[in-house]
This record gives sequence, C-alpha cells and structure tokens, in this order.
Amino acid sequence: MSTTTETAEPRRRVTLWQRLPVVHQLRQSVGLQRGMLIAGLIITGIFLLTAIFAPLIAPYGFSQLRDADGVSFGAQVPPGGAHLLGTTVGGYDVLSRVIWGSQTALGVIVVAVVLSIFAGVILGLISGYIGGWLDRVLVVIADAVFAFPTLLLAIVAAIAISGGQSSLFGGILAAAISITVVYIPQYFRVIRAETVRIKSEAYVESAKVVGSSTGRIMFRHVLRNATRTLPLLFTLNSSEAILTLAGLGFLGFGIQPTAAAEWGYDLNRSISDVTSGIWWTSVFPGLAIVLVVLGITLVGESLNDLADPRLRTRRKASAVPAPTAETSAVLEGTDPNS
Amino acid sequence: MTTTATTALGPTGSAPAARRPRGGGGGLLRFIIVRFLLIFPTIFILVTMVFVLMRSIGDPITASLGGRLTADQLAERIHSAGYDRPIIVQYVEYIGQIFTGNFGTAISDGRPVLQLLVTYGGATLELAFYALIVAFIVGIPLGMLAAYLRDKWPDAVLRVFAILCYATPVFFAGLLLKLVFSVWLKVLPVAGRASTRTELNMSKLGDRRTGIYLIDAIQLGSPAAIGDVLQHAVLPGLALGLLTAGVFLRLVRTNVIGTLSMDYVDAARSRGVSEYRLVRRHAYKPALVPIITVIGLQIAMLLGGAVLTETTFEWKGLGFKLAEYLTARDFVAVQGIVTLLAVIVALSNFIVDVIAALIDPRVRY
Repeated sequence: MSTTTETAEPRRRVTLWQRLPVVHQLRQSVGLQRGMLIAGLIITGIFLLTAIFAPLIAPYGFSQLRDADGVSFGAQVPPGGAHLLGTTVGGYDVLSRVIWGSQTALGVIVVAVVLSIFAGVILGLISGYIGGWLDRVLVVIADAVFAFPTLLLAIVAAIAISGGQSSLFGGILAAAISITVVYIPQYFRVIRAETVRIKSEAYVESAKVVGSSTGRIMFRHVLRNATRTLPLLFTLNSSEAILTLAGLGFLGFGIQPTAAAEWGYDLNRSISDVTSGIWWTSVFPGLAIVLVVLGITLVGESLNDLADPRLRTRRKASAVPAPTAETSAVLEGTDPNS
Repeated sequence: MTTTATTALGPTGSAPAARRPRGGGGGLLRFIIVRFLLIFPTIFILVTMVFVLMRSIGDPITASLGGRLTADQLAERIHSAGYDRPIIVQYVEYIGQIFTGNFGTAISDGRPVLQLLVTYGGATLELAFYALIVAFIVGIPLGMLAAYLRDKWPDAVLRVFAILCYATPVFFAGLLLKLVFSVWLKVLPVAGRASTRTELNMSKLGDRRTGIYLIDAIQLGSPAAIGDVLQHAVLPGLALGLLTAGVFLRLVRTNVIGTLSMDYVDAARSRGVSEYRLVRRHAYKPALVPIITVIGLQIAMLLGGAVLTETTFEWKGLGFKLAEYLTARDFVAVQGIVTLLAVIVALSNFIVDVIAALIDPRVRY
C-alpha cells in the first residue's frame, strides 16, 4: 500500500501520527471518498461520545418508570413535553433508552471484537505458520462456520452461554461471546492468508538462518506484518456485531429491559405498537441502529476502497505532479483517471 | 451478513476448488464429485458444533420444563427420552438420526422437525424467492449504473443507498414499511401470507397444496387469490430483498469497475464499439460470474434474515416457528431446525458452486 503522497513529496518526513491507520487513509483520500470517510468518522465519534457520557446526557434511567416526584411516566405517551421522544408500551422513556442503548452496544462491540481478534489472530497465525494437518482441520472448520447463517449460530451460542436469560453483565458477555464465535473464522482466514504469504518472504528466511525461535519469528516478524488488514476487518465486524446484537434482542435473546437498554429488544416490543400507528417506539431505536452501523460502515468501506488500488480514487495528475511524470509516459498511462 | 468481508476475503465456496492444483484434468465431473463430498465434513462440523453448544447447558427437558414439573417427573421424562445416558452415546445416536433424516421431535407440541419443514418450509422458500427477485431487480442495474458513473454524484447517492440497505436491520425496515404502507397509507396488508378468505379457499385444494401460496393461488385459478397473495408478499419481500440488493449493488459496482479498466475494454473502445455495448457486453458479463458465488453466501444470510422478517410480518415459515420455539424454550426443536437449516445451506452452496463451475470454467481448476 504505497501512497501517492509519499512518492510525490519524497523529502517530507512521515511522522508516527500520519502513519496511524485511519489518519493515514484520511490523508490519502480525496474528493468523494474523503467525504464519506469524514462523515463516517463524525457519526462514529458521536456514537462513542453518547455511549461514554450516557449517564450525563440521558434525562432518565433506562429502567426508570417514575419521575423524581414518584409520578408514573405512563405508557405510550406521544413525543413532547417531559418525554421528548415519548414513552414505550412498558412505560420507559424512549430517549433515555436510545441513549443508554448506545452504551450496551459499545460494550458488546468492544468485548466481541477484542475476543475475536485475539482468538482469530492466534489461531490464524499458528495455522498459517505451522501448517500441516492442524491447518487443514482449522480451515475446514472455519469454512463451515463461515458459510453458516451468523444469526442462527449466535442464537445457539446465546442459549449455550446464558440459557437464554440474562443479567446486565451476563447479557452483554453472552451476546459478545456469541458474536465472537461467529466472527473468529473471519479473522482466522485473513490472518492465515497473510501468514502463508509472509512465511515465504526473505526476511523470515533470514530470521530462520540467524536462529530465531519459531515463537519469535511468528510474533515479531510475521504478526507485525500480517495486521495490515485488521483495521478494515475491525470496522466491518463492529457494524455486524451491532446488527447481530439487535437481531438477538429482537428474537428475545438480548438483555432484559431492567438490566440494560438494548435497541433490538425495544424494537421487538414495538411490533404491536406499529400496527396501531404508534411510531415513536420503533422509529427512534431503529434509527439509532441504522446511524451507528452506517457510520462505522462508511469508515470501513472507505478503508476498504483505499486499500484496493482498483477502487482508490487517485489525485488528478495535475493536482499533485509526480516527479517522474514528466519523464515517464508509462506512469501516466497506468493511471485509470488520467 | 458477511457482505463487504466477502469481497475482501474472496468467495468461500470456491476456496476448496481453488486450492487444487492446476491442470489436474477430469474437468467438470471431477469438480462436482469432489465438491459433493465436501458437503459431508461441513455438515458434520456444524451438526457437532450445534450439538455441543446446545448440550453444554444440560439436558433440554430441564431447560424447557424445569420448575413446572416435580423432580421425579423431570427425572422420568429425562430417562424416557434417553438424556441420562452418556453424552457420547447420545451424540453418536444423534448423528445417526441426522443421516436418516430424523431431526428430533419438539418437546412443546410433539411435532417431528422434519414435518415442520414440510409444513413451513414452503413459506420460507417463497419469501426467499421474492427477496431474491427484489435484490436482482434493484441491485444489478443500479450497481452497473454506479460503476459507469463512478465518482460522480449518482455513484455517491447509490453507494450511500447500498450502505443504508445493509445498515438497516431487516426487522426495522419491515416495521418502517408496515408503518408507512399498511398503517398510514393503508394500501398493503399489515401481516400474514394471505387473507383468511384466500387461505380458506386454498384449503379446498387438499393434497394438491404445495405450501407455496403463489403456486396454490395459481392452482385455484382465481386472479383475486393471486392478487391477494402478491399483496401480502410485497412488504416482506422488500424488507428482506433490499438487504440483499445492497450487497449485489456493491458487488456489481466493484466488479464492473474492475472489468471496465481491463485492456480488452480499452481495445474495444478504440475499435469504436459503442459505450452502451461496451458496458453491456464487455464489462458486464464477466463481472456477473462472482455474483453467482456470492448468491451462495447470500442464501445463508437470507435464511438468517428470514427468521427476523418472518417474525416481523407473522409470515408463518420455518423462521417464525424457530422464534416461537425459542420463546417456548423448546431447545430440541431449536436444535432440530438449526441443524436442518445447516443442511439446507450446505446443499444450496453445493448447487451454487456447481452452477458457477458450469458458467465459468476457471472455477473448476
């Protein structure tokens, strides 16, 4: 992934900050692609802030049914007044539950992604580097799991982990682990493919000649170079984790309403509301899911496009004249946009 | 739900084929046989995984009826169902049953899972069929358009649309569609697969009923029935179809961009081939082959989405039943349905891979 900016301005020092995954791509992007990336980063940023500061932003608690004076909120109150987005059929404040829901979503994403990166990377590294029958068995298993409907697998895992009932911590952990089970094969495949490629590189061979131990080669030489695609996978999986969590919640396998706020569960409760024309109980939690997934996916998509030379929008040759461009006609010809 | 990852990782279905050495000979028939044999380890792994996960919480009778029966009654039920035997014995027995087509019997209503497939499978199949039609009609032309107008504003709009399709959970899309078209505009039915009158008429068909309402309505020969069935199908089909349409749109766009930059397209353009023909014949056709493989992966996604769509629209298919059994905590039925779906996914992936091999000879090697 060599960059146009670096070749164009060879004397400029590239600082650590500029080499950080997302910052690097932001600098690399132009035009529409940059717009999509920035929009995604902003939405994701708002989501993160909401999740972190939920206790300060939310007007009420997620399981609060009465205000400070002990007066009940009332069920299915239309938006406005004390309840900006109305109340649910169970008498919860919709706005508060939407805000608190972001915290649950973030918690599940963090636990799920950390666990699946950890497990997937180690398995992929070992499988790719050591090879042999272990590699074959793991690949067949990963392929089988990969082809299976993620939601169904998550349901089975959720049953196994929590028996279908959940407390706050247990619920988040159960949802996260069930999502992890589903996503380990993806990390496994990517890291394994990279490992197999890197294994035959000259620097790995020279490390072997020098007498480095297998563990040192795996973690120092191979792993460091195999993590290139992780930021991309990370974003894609975060958005899928939210959708899976919401799907589980929608089927009643999420987190109980008294334990935490969860958007999928709220949507499930609102099915009958919709039929009677009560729209605010479904629209707002639904929009929250769409926005968060949209934001994270925009970031992921942009990273994906920037990593793929076929899809990367290049700067116009005139905007940043490459030093070689004057002398070489071939360079100009290879640029599809010129 | 592995949409973008698919494009990044490459189609999984053809992976075993790709690993085989080139020029092995044998061609199509050999590919089909090898690919067919690969179904068995896949199914075996999934069945084992589901079995282990489901049994890790203990026996299904306690999970389902615990608290409602006395300890003695429970012990007796467990004993008569054979759940007190060593887990290995149960596992071997279960694998044997799967091969004879016995997917277990639901605890709550005593129905064999395979019978559920006969009763409700048609509905799920019908829903998946409508969804695929929506996905093709929406996804492929728009994907071509986006690729052709790359980096111009229609491309930007279409890409955001594709991401929105993916970012919207099917059940939320379903609820929104319901709200707008059924509750506010009152032009389409809220839920179900047909009105009660049509269903009554269909029951007159007796043994000729297929469970696929569109076919049954055509058999009835009544335009009103066909119209009624189609009206009920619009919203669920759209909700599930748009999800897949977004995937197709992005895939077609990426592939057409790839083929449009090929040398032979430049060569054709320099020969004076019209732009329309260029896109239609030179760039479009080779870009469609990967879609066939992706459809294979989409079947898994469609089935997952169908569970949610069916629950949203009370569409009485396999997914609806699965959700019902989940609520009833009938884990024998859940395990049976999930295993059954795993077999269906494995079989349909095989079929899709064979079709891809028939169309594109490169896949065979």
